[in-house]
Amino acid sequence: MYKIGVIGDRDSVLGFKALGLEVFPVHNEEEAKHTLRELADNEYAIIYIVEDLAVALEKEIDKYKDSRLPAIIPIPGKDGASGRGMDSVKKSVERAVGADILFGGDN
Amino acid sequence: MAERMNVNPTRMMLTSLKKRLKTATRGHKLLKDKRDELMKEFLEMARENGRLRQEVEKRMEQVHKSFSVASAVMSEEVMEESLMFPKQGVILDVQNKNIMSVDVPVFSFTTTAEDPTNIFPYGFARTSGELDNAVSSLSDLFPMLLDLAAKEKETALIAAELEKTRRRVNALEYVMIPQLQLTIRYIQMKLDENERGNQTRLMKVKDMMLEQAIEEKRQKDEEAMANFVG
Repeated sequence: MYKIGVIGDRDSVLGFKALGLEVFPVHNEEEAKHTLRELADNEYAIIYIVEDLAVALEKEIDKYKDSRLPAIIPIPGKDGASGRGMDSVKKSVERAVGADILFGGDN
Repeated sequence: MAERMNVNPTRMMLTSLKKRLKTATRGHKLLKDKRDELMKEFLEMARENGRLRQEVEKRMEQVHKSFSVASAVMSEEVMEESLMFPKQGVILDVQNKNIMSVDVPVFSFTTTAEDPTNIFPYGFARTSGELDNAVSSLSDLFPMLLDLAAKEKETALIAAELEKTRRRVNALEYVMIPQLQLTIRYIQMKLDENERGNQTRLMKVKDMMLEQAIEEKRQKDEEAMANFVG
């Protein structure tokens, strides 16, 4: 039995609560880091994390990149998509191919 | 440039190196095939992943907009209260899928709502219609979000495997195989050289022995001649 967690600022994640996901509102990076670690160790298969936090915790997230679970997925917060989520896809492509050949490679 | 290995130039070493070269060449070919196939899968997957993410981000923005409108017309407390106790839970099931020997997770979920058409965890009296919209569109979006999670993880895992395979192919192609070839050539040349050295030495010895025999013979002849004359 696996669970789904959502980490982010209160306003961005509140809606997920209504869906029945487990929501972890955090106020700062430190708290988010702590929560992320906790969830990753505790049977959470998918962890959605708000983009700006995902940027701040990039190192932490990269640690789980090569393991099968959990899948840590950046989602846009209430301020809209910052392009960071797309960056993670681009990074995967770069890693696999050596260069970003799919998404224009404009940065 | 590959360096020659530091080995003894013996026939036994030559045989074992030749065996290793054969294995390396075969491994290289297999890995190259694996790399090509992975690449094909990966590009397809990454493209799909990019499309899906764009879609999700667009719809997510819509959802956030509805939520902010809802929170504008409702007080914070009421809003939080309304969403605090969800009617449904989500149970996630994780299965495995094997893509080119990479284990990737497959997610499927079941909701535990009593009535799937009524997911709103609140009465309609105190909340605005915007909130209903926001919740229902988020709920519509959820399967897509799940799909995105699976795709993204898949892409990341395949990317890692692809990187590993690519490195291996390159290491074999540009380091291992040239090194083995160089060492084999070196040993062969060394062995040939020894062979030639041996040959000349034998010829020389034979020459010396012949000369000695001729000398002995001539001495005997001379002695016999002297005796005969005397």
